[in-house]
Formats: sequence, structure tokens, C-alpha cells
Amino acid sequence: MSNALSRMLETREWLLADGATGTNLFNMGLSSGDAPELWNVDEPANIKKLYSGAVNAGSDLFLTNTFGGNASRLKLHNAENRVRELNIAGAEIGREVADACDREIIVAGSVGPTGEIMEPMGTLSFDGAVEMFHEQAEALKDGGVDVLWVETISAPEEFKAAAKAFAMADMPWCGTMSFDTAGRTMMGVTSADMAALVEKLDNPPVAYGANCGVGASDLLRTALGFVASGTERPLIAKGNAGIPKYHDGHIHYDGTPELMADYACLARDCGVAIIGGCCGTMPEHLSSMREALETRPKGDRPTLEEITAKLGGFSSASDGTGDDVAPTRTRRRRRG
Amino acid sequence: MSEEEDIILSELPDDELVPQMQDDLYDGLDEEVVEGVNILLERGWMPYDVLTKALVGGMTVVGNDFRDGILFVPEVLMAAKAMKAGMAILKPLLADTGAPRMGKMVIGTVKGDIHDIGQNLVTMMMEGAGFEVMNIGINNSAEEYIAALEEFDADILGMSALLTTTMPYMKTVIEELAAQGKRDKYIVMVGGAPLNEEFGTAIGADSYCRDAAVAVEVAKDLISQR
Repeated sequence: MSNALSRMLETREWLLADGATGTNLFNMGLSSGDAPELWNVDEPANIKKLYSGAVNAGSDLFLTNTFGGNASRLKLHNAENRVRELNIAGAEIGREVADACDREIIVAGSVGPTGEIMEPMGTLSFDGAVEMFHEQAEALKDGGVDVLWVETISAPEEFKAAAKAFAMADMPWCGTMSFDTAGRTMMGVTSADMAALVEKLDNPPVAYGANCGVGASDLLRTALGFVASGTERPLIAKGNAGIPKYHDGHIHYDGTPELMADYACLARDCGVAIIGGCCGTMPEHLSSMREALETRPKGDRPTLEEITAKLGGFSSASDGTGDDVAPTRTRRRRRG
Repeated sequence: MSEEEDIILSELPDDELVPQMQDDLYDGLDEEVVEGVNILLERGWMPYDVLTKALVGGMTVVGNDFRDGILFVPEVLMAAKAMKAGMAILKPLLADTGAPRMGKMVIGTVKGDIHDIGQNLVTMMMEGAGFEVMNIGINNSAEEYIAALEEFDADILGMSALLTTTMPYMKTVIEELAAQGKRDKYIVMVGGAPLNEEFGTAIGADSYCRDAAVAVEVAKDLISQR
């Protein structure tokens, strides 16, 4: 499949993705609890500023302000009937910013989780999830994104539903999960599980990986888990700029631009091709990451010890992969 | 495990039935949990003892293994479902038999946040520990929280958020309580994946609880200090 992202990946060792959306928008005055996607229509100048912030800091790729742009999430704001409008608007502003730049810039249409629990544990059916993702995918496509990008997923079924919806929209896509619970996703998916899941899809993504989660160290441990699967597919790392702290009425992340520069180079040395940030990653972090990636020579693949020495400790002793599996409970008899 | 013999719950003595029920709860076997509850009641157990010794005992193991990264959300949801099935039998009986009252809690996710798994687990665990809980669901404004606290005559406010974009709203709610002169009437507990202790302190909550098991312990402590 020929698409702008695949072509760019063929000519480059690494691409710099963007940073935070929410953190940046709060700094522009978005109120906590309000839907950021409404700004695609109500405050387009701010969304343009958000995208331009990443592009001017050196990002090769940015995600649209459409993370919560599915019917299930927009329903909280009584905007479930505005999925198409809000996604097209978010994508069109992105296209405009990208096309005005003298470098080639990839516009990735962000698709976040539905927020619902899928059957049998919850109430959302697989087909229901596909339908919601498909509605959003078609709108992002019509708004002119180069690639679709599902992120912060924890359930394997939801990831599969997004993949199916993107096939229906006939679009190339990328996908990342959030490994925030003892090195796994909330639903217990390990990096090895995700690597296996991706290869079983009928329409595998252009690239896959991890975003958000706990800290930069954990994210790179997850990336090494993907690498250990022997995958040939480009990998994505979009980690948070440290841990959220609360100062003077707003959230501040404690990761410095220097730390994110170290993280970016370590991610590249791990074998990650698309490197960016997530919550708390501001333009100054991205500039620092870009400079480091351009000036520091590529190193050997780091060990877990080297990662923690530079970026801090892991949130859990094990991430459930390899020989280092978490302890299982000794069981008594089970019925039947 | 299929080659192992079937266990007939009604043939087990109490001291084997209770651990077996805890195992069944852990495995999310709701029919077996219901059967176990009924057997203990038929044997003359007080509803409160069935709750605390069999069900809460089992949920504590679930909570600990969730905390330690042995169980994940799907397994915990299955266990919670089994717990709920058992609770459905016990709840009316508990009211009739004068089980100790621990306190009342209102819980919900903050405005803009749809993720209610965490608070549903907390609800289950708190009810299991004898608290009365009014779960007001997702997407709550400060006004909605405060109206529920007053309607339910609650002791505790629990707020939950999964997103870094919604968690600052907890501060808004606490400020609104303060502005109305009602902050000291309630114990405010907060939780959710992106939160931490420091955040809880900074926004003026009484406690940050990292998981449902911790929430129960903290609630007991704070209530007893009142």
C-alpha cells in the first residue's frame, strides 16, 4: 500500500511525532471537563496554534484534535450527532497547517477509545464499536488526513474493531495501546500480546506501538517487548513527559525537555521509528527531542538497566513478558 | 483442571465452604457464589457474617491481586459481577437484621469523563464492607455532586477520573463545596489512573486512593476519626 506515511518511513530512520493535545489546549483556556473537539468549530484559531506548535518544533507528523470524537464520547456533551462535523473540521485545519509547511508533514486522524466496556464484560458489542469507529474514520478521511491513528486502547477487541472500521474506510492506519497497569494495559494485554495481535489482523497497521501509560521508562520497556517479538513493522513510542503534578490550578508534567531528549534517543536506539510524546509534551520538549535525534549518534539497543539509569525506575517489577512473569496465585480445586 | 472431581458445595463443611466460595468469587462464578450464600444462610449464618467472611474475604484477595498486577480489569469485573449476585440476596436481609452501619458515600466520575470501571469497583467493595453507596454514574458537574450528597445525606464524596484532561475538575468540585460552606461536612476521596497522592493533596481532597481495596481502608479510617 502506498501512502504518505509509508513513503516517509522508507526514506527516514526516525520520524518525530507530536506531543500533548489536552495539556496544550488547557494552556489556551480549555476548561476541564469540556470536550476539546468542540474547539475544532468554536475556536479553530487555537487548534491551528496547537498543530503549528508541533510542526514549528520539528514534528514530521501530528495527530488531529479528534481523540474524543466518537459518538460515545461526544454524547457526554450532547454532541453525538456532530461526529462528522467535528472530525472533518479537526482534519481540515490539520491539512491546512500541513500543506502550508515547506517540509512534508503527515496528518494523522486521532481516534481514541469509546470509553465503553465491550461484551461480554460490558455492554458495547463488537459491531457497535466498529460502527462508531467507522463513522469517525470516514469523516477524518473526508477531512483529508493521510492516515488514521487509534490510540490509548486497552482492550484487544476494541483495537480489532478499530482495525475493521479502518478497513471499511479503506485507509492506512497506525495503532497504539496504553500500557499503564503493571506494564500491561488495563485489560491485561502485554507488549508480546499486542505484537501477536497486530500480525493476526487482516489489515495490519503501517506502524504500531504504545502511548501515554505511566512514564518514559515503562514505555521503552514496552517498546523492547515489541522488538523482542521480532516484528519487522515500524514501531511507535509516544510517552508522557513524566508524571502529572498539580500547580496553581493546572496540571503540570514533571518531565523536562532534557529528559524527553534522552527518551527520544533511547527510543530510537530501541528500534522505534516514530517517536513522539503524549500528555505533558509541549513544543519545547519536541524541539529538544528533534535536536537530540539529529545531533546524537545512534547507539546500541539499551538494556533495561540503561533505560532506568537515564529515565528513572519502572512502575512495576515485571511487565508480564518473557521469563519474568508475574506470580500466579496457587489455586485450590476448581469445580467441573 | 477438567479431570478434577466436581465439588458439591452443600456437602462441604463451613470451614471448607467459605474458602471455596472465595475461590468461586475470585473466578467470577456467580451461580456458585449465589448457591454458597444460600447454603450458609440455610445453616443459620447471620447475613452480615456471610458478607464479611465469605464475600468480602474473597473480594479482598481479588483487590490485592489487582493491586499486585496478577489480575486485570476483565477478571475483576467478573468477580464483581459474582459479588453483586451474592449481594443481591444479602442486601435486603442486612437491612432487616441490623448489620452495623459504616457510613454513606456518593460516588461518580467527573464532568467529561465516561470511564466508570474504577468507581464501579469501589462501589462494590464499599458495599461489601458495609457502606451504603449512591453511585451517580458518569459525567457529573459540581452541582450534581452536591445535590446528590444532600439528597443521600452522605458522609463521603468519592470522585473518579481516568483522563488527565478531566481530573482537574475535581478541584472545581471541592472549591464549589468550599464556596457553599459545605467542605467540612464531607470526607472527600479521589481516585483514578492518572492521579497520585500529591495531586490529591494539592486539590484539597482528604485522601487519594490508588485502588478500590485502599478506598475501603481509607474510608473506614476517616469515618472512625470523625
